[in-house]
Amino acid sequence: MRKGGLNYRLVIFFLAIVFGVGLSAPTFLQTEKGAKISLGLDLQGGLYMLLGVKTDEAIKSKIKSIASSIKFFTDDNDIIIDDLKINEERLSLILVDPDEEKNLDEMLNKIPGLVLEKEKLNYDLSLNELEKEATKQYAINQAVETIRNRLDQFGLAEPNVARQGEDKILVELPGIKTGEDEQRARELIAKAAHLQMMTVDELRSDRAYDMSDAEASEYGDVILPDARNSKQKHVLKEVPILDGSMLTDAKVGFDQMNQPVINFSLNSEGGKIFGDFTGKNVGAHLAIVLDDKVYSAPVIRERIGGGSGQISGGFTLEEASDVAIALRSGALLAPVKLLEKRSVGPSLGADSIRSSMIALALGFLLVVIFMVVYYGLAGIIANIALIANLFIVLAVMALFGATLTLPGMAGIVLTVGMAVDANVIINERIRELFRQGSSIQKAVEKGYDNAMSAILDANITTLLASIVLYAYGTGPIKGFAVTMSIGILASMLTAILGTHGIYEFFMPRIEKSKNLSLWFGIKGKGK
Amino acid sequence: MQIFSKDKTYNFMGKSLPFIILSLLVIISSYIILGSKGLNYGIDFAGGTIVQVKYEGAAPIDKMRKQIAVDKMFAKASITEFGSPDEVVIRFMSSSDSVQEDLGDIITELLQGTGSFEVRRVDIVGPKVGGELREKGIMAMIVSIFAILIYITIRFEWRFAIASILALIHDISIAMGAIVLFNVDVNLDILAALLTLLGYSLNDTIIVFDRIREEVKNSKRFDLFEIINFSISKTLSRTLLTSLTTFFVVLTLWAFGGEIIHGFGLTLLIGILVGTYSSIFVASPMLKWLKFNVEDYKKKEAMKEKRKIDKEKMRAQYEQGIV
Repeated sequence: MRKGGLNYRLVIFFLAIVFGVGLSAPTFLQTEKGAKISLGLDLQGGLYMLLGVKTDEAIKSKIKSIASSIKFFTDDNDIIIDDLKINEERLSLILVDPDEEKNLDEMLNKIPGLVLEKEKLNYDLSLNELEKEATKQYAINQAVETIRNRLDQFGLAEPNVARQGEDKILVELPGIKTGEDEQRARELIAKAAHLQMMTVDELRSDRAYDMSDAEASEYGDVILPDARNSKQKHVLKEVPILDGSMLTDAKVGFDQMNQPVINFSLNSEGGKIFGDFTGKNVGAHLAIVLDDKVYSAPVIRERIGGGSGQISGGFTLEEASDVAIALRSGALLAPVKLLEKRSVGPSLGADSIRSSMIALALGFLLVVIFMVVYYGLAGIIANIALIANLFIVLAVMALFGATLTLPGMAGIVLTVGMAVDANVIINERIRELFRQGSSIQKAVEKGYDNAMSAILDANITTLLASIVLYAYGTGPIKGFAVTMSIGILASMLTAILGTHGIYEFFMPRIEKSKNLSLWFGIKGKGK
Repeated sequence: MQIFSKDKTYNFMGKSLPFIILSLLVIISSYIILGSKGLNYGIDFAGGTIVQVKYEGAAPIDKMRKQIAVDKMFAKASITEFGSPDEVVIRFMSSSDSVQEDLGDIITELLQGTGSFEVRRVDIVGPKVGGELREKGIMAMIVSIFAILIYITIRFEWRFAIASILALIHDISIAMGAIVLFNVDVNLDILAALLTLLGYSLNDTIIVFDRIREEVKNSKRFDLFEIINFSISKTLSRTLLTSLTTFFVVLTLWAFGGEIIHGFGLTLLIGILVGTYSSIFVASPMLKWLKFNVEDYKKKEAMKEKRKIDKEKMRAQYEQGIV
């Protein structure tokens, strides 16, 4: 007869329980400190979006900004060019003064990734593939940064913005509670916030209503609607004087009529361009264009130095504040599009928590009762392992800051069913050995030995399936795979090691009582 | 308590033919249903929009249908009850890629005047994402089957691997047939259920195979029939008990887990039944047809054992400094 009492298995099991209870306590008690499990959007409510980036637009806008810098350079150096035109991803111009060819070429060659095709003085410019790819990548990263900045300033709890895969952006907003909040957040995210200063084409300004877009493009013009009245149109030069990339700050202010406006300031380069342009074009109209809508087109009365301006356009205070946030965080180089969206209202989340909790509690109860009825004290030992298993699953999830989703809850429920499996296998093996006439000590020891390979093989294959599920799953499904995997691993510790330790601890008593019915739920007397 | 008699060996193999015929019939009818009706892909895989609306009191479905149909985009929308009479889901195939303009808002607008309601969930999945998710789902299935195949081949033998995979295909086919039969929307959670089923049904099969392996190695029996009968009988109570406990929890999940995981629960419920059946009546007879040879396996195992002992001897000698 071996001595019972403390043994290494029991000590490890005990430590595991301490770990489980200790680390899951913050989640249960919702303490201030300590790592807690956070609820997924499907349980607490919120907005999940997967966005794509229209990267082709980024290339177009890059071409546009190259056009702007060419225009600024040639104006600044009195180089006369004509027919500066943008055609999708290409840019063309005609140099009028052949003497300046060297100067212009030198400037163009300094622009990285620009491919220059020339026929005499007709220039045709485009970007090489490398630069296009770089521009696309940059646009995606910039979109992630910009959206993150905007949402941080918007003042919602714990926004999460991350790049996902090659070209997608994941946005998670747990703080959204109402449809109005969601609408505002979506508009803020999607706002291009593309600020441009453009010149009015004075020659053709009266043709705003009878010219087609294609025809306007022939002249290097665009026709854009007015912000306040979309029926009113403006004819503008397509190549802007400057854009929002030179903006340093934007704040909400009020004009003389006490209407909300947005005051912005430009960096020194932008300030110089703005100053030079207004100085040279006194009397002309300057249009302030935000997201392809003309907010105002005042006459330039004098050179405007200092590099600041104002956007007014009948905003509500809320709109003005969102526009200011968007401008401060920077423009989106390329527009974003919605690929996937899931929004769950908080009441539905609460319902889901309630019903899955009921399922968990009921399922748990059924299993626990069944085990006691069928296996006697051996069932209680298995149940201790099962409870420890639940705590450990929660503790590990809290430790890694995992998110509990609805499928994750289902995973836990399922783990309960499968975690007792190991104990069923072991107990059946022990009973079998009793029938063959083994002594109690030997039946328990050999029972564990015999059951081991089956338990390991079965658990490892389930684990393989869970890992694959994790690798290929998204969002909530990943949560399911996580809880399943942790549950399986924890069950090896609790159901195999832990229960074995408990048997060893009680061995002297079991051997003394010899009551197999009480301890193992089968008839007969043990040896 | 004990349910199964202690030492009886049931003759499963002798009765395997009728069960195999039954399995084949069920599988064939599953594929016929699958072929004729097809899987009812939900928005996760097909793309589209779901709007879940809860009314105070019973939802006026007819009125809702009329008001929504005003917009042509929603002419083909389906409106169905969701769990209770005051809750409905509106489904349609179209999705919009605009971030600002939300289809859910348009629906809310159209539903004005139908009563007091709350929009509780709006899911939009674009066609591109749907396609990607479907691809990923199929990949997940294939990859996990291969991973399991390799693992079992290493731990057992290739015939065991093939037999368990065939049993898996049996289970998954029937579960899919049931999914179609019960009109379950196939979304990501159903995929998760099928993959869980994969792992679960394999569990049962492996427990039996483990016993067969043990029996082949240790007993003096040479007759595969007898060995299989003995092994299944010995593991029978475990197989059924575990299935029972898992069945309990899945049943509560299905009955009380809420409408959203209803389909998930149903798939598992059927899967567990089929999985338990197949581990007894499908997987093991398969070994016979794959011409598993007890003697060869014994020899192989003996060789393995011998190599292991030799290795240990070498190590012992090495440690003692003899070599």
